Amino acid sequence: MQFCLCHGGLVFFMTPELFLQYLFAGVTYGLIYAIVAIGFNIIYNTTGIINFAQGEFVMLGGMTAISLHHYLPLPLAIAAAVAITMVIGALIEMVFIRWLHNPSILRMIIITIGLSILIREGALHIWGEGVRALPYFNGNEITSIVVLGVGVSPQVFWVLGVCGLMVAALYLFFKFVPLGLVMRACAANRVAATLCGVSTKNMVTFSFVLSAGIGAMAGCVVSPITYSQYDGGTNLAIKGFTVAILGGLGNSMAAVAAGLLLGIIEAFSISVVPLAFQDAIAIGILLIILFIRPHGLFGNRSAAMLKEF
Amino acid sequence: MRRTMTSLLTAMLVFCVAAFVAPVGVKAATPKAETVKVGAILAVTGGASFLGGPEARTIQMLADELNATGGINGNKIELIIKDSAGDPEKAISFAKQLIEEEKVFAILGPSTSGETMKIKTICEQAKTILLSCAAAEVIVDPVAKYVFKTPQKDSDAVKKIYGEMKRQGISKIAVMSGNTGFGQAGKGQLTKMAPEFGITIVMEEVYDKTATDLSAVVAKMMSNKDIQAVVNWSIVPAQGILAKNMRQAGWKVPLFQSHGFGNIKYVEVGGAAAEGIIFPAGRLLVADVLPNDHPQKTVLLKYKNDYEAKFKEPASTFGGHGYDAFKILCRAIGQVGPDREKVRDAIENMKGFVGTGGVFNFTPADHNGLDIDAFAMLTVKDGKFVLYNH
Repeated sequence: MQFCLCHGGLVFFMTPELFLQYLFAGVTYGLIYAIVAIGFNIIYNTTGIINFAQGEFVMLGGMTAISLHHYLPLPLAIAAAVAITMVIGALIEMVFIRWLHNPSILRMIIITIGLSILIREGALHIWGEGVRALPYFNGNEITSIVVLGVGVSPQVFWVLGVCGLMVAALYLFFKFVPLGLVMRACAANRVAATLCGVSTKNMVTFSFVLSAGIGAMAGCVVSPITYSQYDGGTNLAIKGFTVAILGGLGNSMAAVAAGLLLGIIEAFSISVVPLAFQDAIAIGILLIILFIRPHGLFGNRSAAMLKEF
Repeated sequence: MRRTMTSLLTAMLVFCVAAFVAPVGVKAATPKAETVKVGAILAVTGGASFLGGPEARTIQMLADELNATGGINGNKIELIIKDSAGDPEKAISFAKQLIEEEKVFAILGPSTSGETMKIKTICEQAKTILLSCAAAEVIVDPVAKYVFKTPQKDSDAVKKIYGEMKRQGISKIAVMSGNTGFGQAGKGQLTKMAPEFGITIVMEEVYDKTATDLSAVVAKMMSNKDIQAVVNWSIVPAQGILAKNMRQAGWKVPLFQSHGFGNIKYVEVGGAAAEGIIFPAGRLLVADVLPNDHPQKTVLLKYKNDYEAKFKEPASTFGGHGYDAFKILCRAIGQVGPDREKVRDAIENMKGFVGTGGVFNFTPADHNGLDIDAFAMLTVKDGKFVLYNH
């Protein structure tokens, strides 16, 4: 214990290499959290609910890709896994949510909690309890690329690249593509969107498809680093939820900023406090945000007051 | 606002109740006069499932085999397996249920040390024999009259590791451990025994049992140039993740793991990073290459072949702990009949039982019965476990 205390002093002498290593670790964590948070946000925007099965989409993507990789080359296996997860996302919405007439938020939340348990138990029966992993996209478990004197796994760049691309694509989608604009219209005012001839039900289905796809893609790129396991979605969902709240519910770009912020804080916190406190820091931040800025770091207080939840 | 809060609270309550009630397993069939009810609390699902899964499959396989061949002197075993998912709270409620409602003869498991410590007193007070499949030494030290355990002692694992370090001239180490009962107990033993072997622990870190990336903490340890080796003590997938993160960062110091590493799945997911990891383990993993006159060879090969033929997955030392627990109980019942007090005495005085974990010699002061020779030092070479030769 003594050692941990005096170790805190080392922060002030942190070498550039150590700084970069923490930064890389933090950005990697942060982008994974951000992707899960964006999944929460997309569904929240069209339905007003938090889909607690979001973490399960990430798990399903990874697990499906691992199974398909026995028969298909890696890129195809990933593409197929993402497609399958999107179909599952659509089915879930159609079977469990679509036919409900004006459901209360609480009821929808309970449904998604139930769904997450259902998916988890289903995965347990299909894949068993063991850990699995996709192979590294480039090289293997010990390959590292030296960046400014720091060894980094090439997979980290895959995570950065793929997550970065997804965020950029989503930004463009919601800004310029008609379908994206319609989804935003639903988010802004469902009644008005319906009056303009938008099928809000279809938009809700589509939001499930989209967030399932994003989650599954993230599940595939992180699988070599974090492994995939039937119950791996729960923790991701908690972190993603923290980030979504931190950024301000419904704001996807803020989720990216909040995700990076949380990831980097977590990584650098290790230099000061023992690793064991890492999660306590994340939850601590969540609590502080909920007390001080319940509408999130980047959210708008008056806009948040208008929302039901 | 108040209504929303009330509804949310109600929902949470419903959720908790559901979570609590759901895992209660299949109700036992009507007992017959000549059956001996044996309970098992194992982490068949959850983070410790690679312990509980093989244990449950092994015990079920042995019980079916035994009943098919007429039981123990005609006494059939009725097995009631409960899945605790590695959760100590569930282990407690299952233990109470097995003891009070099912009135079981003995309990096998739990899989993890944390769970075992939670139900140690419960079994002791109810005078129900507990044969734990968990490793921590605190389970049998201090000795509780009705509590035994089959995995090797963690203090012996530490001695084995420190002995090897001493031989390699390593004196300054970093200790990593998972935040489970097993990790805590191992960390305690590592700290306690370090001075005896002239070893200094210059850094210690604890990670969450669900940790998925340890690159930041590896960077922190790597920045301390004094560290000559890392010891990691856990049972979770982070064992493979730590190895990967160390090698990716280009850190080349030796990595020692605990006997919790004895599952080939970790080697598979660790891939190239698992190569060269050194760890103490029972001899099950290297049964094929043991000399023919080794006392355990026949037992190990039979169990390994039976298990692998039936479940199409590699046998692990953990399934072996289940094997030992079940066989010890059966042997004691076979000797003195299904009388709980007599069976307890028979286990306490059992000598020369050849199991998968080693040759057991129980005494009233030693409810584990294994010594340091139960361990062999293993390493990973070309994706397989092999004996570690200096």
